[in-house]
Amino acid sequence: MTLRPASDRSLLVSFGDEISPEAHRHVVRLTGGLAGAPGILNLHPAFASLLVDFDPLLCRHADVATLVRQRLAGPPEIAATQPRSVTIPVHFGGDAGPDLDAVSRHTGLAPERVIERFCAARFEVAFVGFATCFPYLAGLPPELATPRLPAPRKLVPAGSVAIAGPQAGVYPLASPGGWRIVGRTAMPLFRRHGEPPSLLQMSDRVVFVPERPR
Amino acid sequence: MNRIHVVSPGLLTTVQDLGRFGWAHHGVSASGAADALALRAGNLLVGNLENAAALEMTLTGGAFQFESPAVIALTGSDFGAALPLWSAVALAAGETIRCGPTRSGARCYLAVRGGLAVPRAMGSASVHVATGVGGRPLKMGDVLPIGAEPVRPPRAAPSAPPPGERAGLLRVTPSAQAAWFAGEWYRGAYLVTEESDRMGLRLRGAPIPSPAGHMLTEGVPLGAIQVPPDGQPIVLFVDHQTTGGYPKPAAVISADFWRLGQLRPRDEVRFEPVSLECAIGLLRQQEQWLHQLL
Repeated sequence: MTLRPASDRSLLVSFGDEISPEAHRHVVRLTGGLAGAPGILNLHPAFASLLVDFDPLLCRHADVATLVRQRLAGPPEIAATQPRSVTIPVHFGGDAGPDLDAVSRHTGLAPERVIERFCAARFEVAFVGFATCFPYLAGLPPELATPRLPAPRKLVPAGSVAIAGPQAGVYPLASPGGWRIVGRTAMPLFRRHGEPPSLLQMSDRVVFVPERPR
Repeated sequence: MNRIHVVSPGLLTTVQDLGRFGWAHHGVSASGAADALALRAGNLLVGNLENAAALEMTLTGGAFQFESPAVIALTGSDFGAALPLWSAVALAAGETIRCGPTRSGARCYLAVRGGLAVPRAMGSASVHVATGVGGRPLKMGDVLPIGAEPVRPPRAAPSAPPPGERAGLLRVTPSAQAAWFAGEWYRGAYLVTEESDRMGLRLRGAPIPSPAGHMLTEGVPLGAIQVPPDGQPIVLFVDHQTTGGYPKPAAVISADFWRLGQLRPRDEVRFEPVSLECAIGLLRQQEQWLHQLL
């Protein structure tokens, strides 16, 4: 674990620079352990790190570092909510999944095999982030990993199901983006008046199922 | 209940308070006033809690009519209203406040005694423009109820504006990838571009060499300076994404956040590294300035 200031009011706690189940466990545990701690304003979990925003008039980096070490040494918090299992129906390929063929070419798998393996995978929400409550999913079968587009699209439609390197995700809202779009879901992942607006939350289990063509 | 009628919303006027905290792990941006110092001062001048919801106008102000007598304060930049800035002012029933193009910085705040009684989302009235969390920018014909919970009498004497220092000077402390960048990573002055908004200030100037290094997406704080491959820095601002994958040599200090909120396109900025101790000292000085309004 490394700790370093990310600004005069935030500390980045890092558990290595690779996506791994161990790093994810630390992130989940620390996010739960620091929630509601005095002076802590916001927690930004990611694949292998947690950014802790604090009120610089109430605490300093050293205080937060001490708190982080205490929470990681103490007994694990009981999760307030159990991870849920969410099944997301997806229309693959065609206009809904304009990059399915590119993923097929990159992986050397026929489009039907790509869909089959994508739907056989058991994903876990590593974290929810970016600007639009974007769920970052771990668990993409390694043979489906495909690099991002060389230049991002100006507009990716809401509900687009996509791959970027070893990650998968679903665009909750229309936004610019450079991930490879393999399909689209009509399931609303962003609920504007929801608290939180994101349907998916950290540690939720996700499975995709192909929607039957009408 | 007293209400404000939006006669004209101006270029971009939103309801803001000090932001939405405790939801970043759900991907929810904190938002909040771009110049929080001006918002807090305006609220203190009219006798509100400093976190009360108020109007944030951008570059060109709007026109707002008050149904009944009200006490307001305009703070931040001078948008040419026929009212003194940084003062609590009593308005008569039916009076309209007209603000025009800015004569100084990017944002002007209209705080009203009692605060704006708008619905809160996740504990805050702040509007996140890109997602619509907390509401949307104001439109002509919108009606905003005024609350009835001031906590003090309005302040009789006007305030001086916050102590000015060299315009466009942004003090910075190291951020997460500081070690990846050479000592003097910044090169002179940068211009604020037209593509800047509440999510980020996009700057243009001598490209900052983008370090080669493997980086996973990680949490990003307010004020962090991201360096994408083209070397043109982006300062993450109040509506910023919660996570990002570009390296960050430094972050603007908390005491200079209000300056970020007053930067206009084509303004020039310079970076000046300071120690964490210095950054906190400057923040404490700023808090003292604000507390003389109590």
